[in-house]
Amino acid sequence: MSSARTAAVQPVAPHLDASGWPASPVGTPALAAARLALLRDLTLAFRRRGELIQPLAFFAIVTTLFPLAVSPELSRLREIAPGVLWVAALLASLLALEFLFRDDAHDGTLEQYSLSGQSLAWLLLAKTAAHWLLTGLPLALIAPLAAEALGVSGTGLAGVVASVAVGTVALSLIGSISAALTLGIRRSGVLLSLLTLPLSLPVLIFGARATELAIRGLPFTAPLELLAALAVLGITLAPLAAAAAVRISLE
Amino acid sequence: MDGAKPLNLRDSRAVSHALEAENLQLWRGERQVLRGVGFSLAGGECLQVRGANGAGKTTLLRAACGLLYPEAGRILWDGTDVRADPAAYHARLLYIGHEPPLKPDLSALENLRFWIGVRQPVERSVMQAALERVGADRWSTRAVRTLSAGQRRRVALAALALLAVPLWLLDEPTTNLDAEGQQLVGNLIEEQLVRGGLVVAAGHQELPVSAARVRRLELPLE
Repeated sequence: MSSARTAAVQPVAPHLDASGWPASPVGTPALAAARLALLRDLTLAFRRRGELIQPLAFFAIVTTLFPLAVSPELSRLREIAPGVLWVAALLASLLALEFLFRDDAHDGTLEQYSLSGQSLAWLLLAKTAAHWLLTGLPLALIAPLAAEALGVSGTGLAGVVASVAVGTVALSLIGSISAALTLGIRRSGVLLSLLTLPLSLPVLIFGARATELAIRGLPFTAPLELLAALAVLGITLAPLAAAAAVRISLE
Repeated sequence: MDGAKPLNLRDSRAVSHALEAENLQLWRGERQVLRGVGFSLAGGECLQVRGANGAGKTTLLRAACGLLYPEAGRILWDGTDVRADPAAYHARLLYIGHEPPLKPDLSALENLRFWIGVRQPVERSVMQAALERVGADRWSTRAVRTLSAGQRRRVALAALALLAVPLWLLDEPTTNLDAEGQQLVGNLIEEQLVRGGLVVAAGHQELPVSAARVRRLELPLE
């Protein structure tokens, strides 16, 4: 703790305002800040790999329950496959949602984000992107396996991956609003589901439709485009709503 | 502010930042926590907020950084209401709550990288130097989960050495620290004041800062 060390720590301020402080104290560009927020969540998630696998295992188990419960006949399973895949994906993505902001609210990270001078909505979008990379994308990647188990043939699998991948983007964003809204509540799991599921209905309808068309070998671009439209709407509006809800929860 | 950008730090001290709070009234539920609290602070001054448990020290600090909105009264930074442009005001302050905002699963270095990096780009060597300054370099790569409360507090103090912002709002900065650590907090605050910075610190313990720079605010309990 000598004074020689002190000199090395003195912050370097290239552009100073009239009082000698950095004129624009936010030195990190918005894109770099979002990259850091994303990277941070990915790093944290890989420190707890066990929690990452849970939604995936849930998805795999739920989809394999149907052949046991309904009928092992592939023709009948193929009929219900889109609905089964989508309901399971919806519930699996819901599982991880509770932890989207929970820990960060507890340890003061959200507080620091909202006081960082960066746009809180932008940082929350980065967090939601990390959430999708950790749940939505893996779900899309294992969906073909589950579809195969439900009797879907090779040609429809690409459509299954595409619709689940795009649909879960919308689901993560819708979920980010309800996760932020339920931050102040202690046992928020059920309320979170009650808020998220009705809002997710459009995603479920178009997602299941796209999957159904893909399985039948028909063109599925129309419902897929509607899913993409929902995702874009989510990207533009959901972070703003989530940021407002987080600000309220910090009060 | 006549357009010419001053290059010399010392010459530019002529204009100083100022933080003022006017008649803050704030309720939490049915209870009125802040009853017409006000203060004014200029560059180079430290406000020590004291008061019994529950007197509203943390509430005042959170209101001062704009996390809480008071029902009445306003907070002025350089004469303008901070609500006019919250992001610009937030970019000029650093708030450390009574729990250091650290992730248990990340190391001290990683925590600082993400926490400070979102605001200002920081080099690893600079972070290492800051951790050395606060005596936390020996455990800089250990997961914060394995550190004691005092060690965590020191890691959070490294943020003070890293981030160049004029306003610090510190909630109980000396809690859990040993005598040397408390002196370190005093030194860091002293340096910030010499630079022309402002510090608002809440806590029960006397801060080891030269008395001439310290102003006091006692919060009454009910």
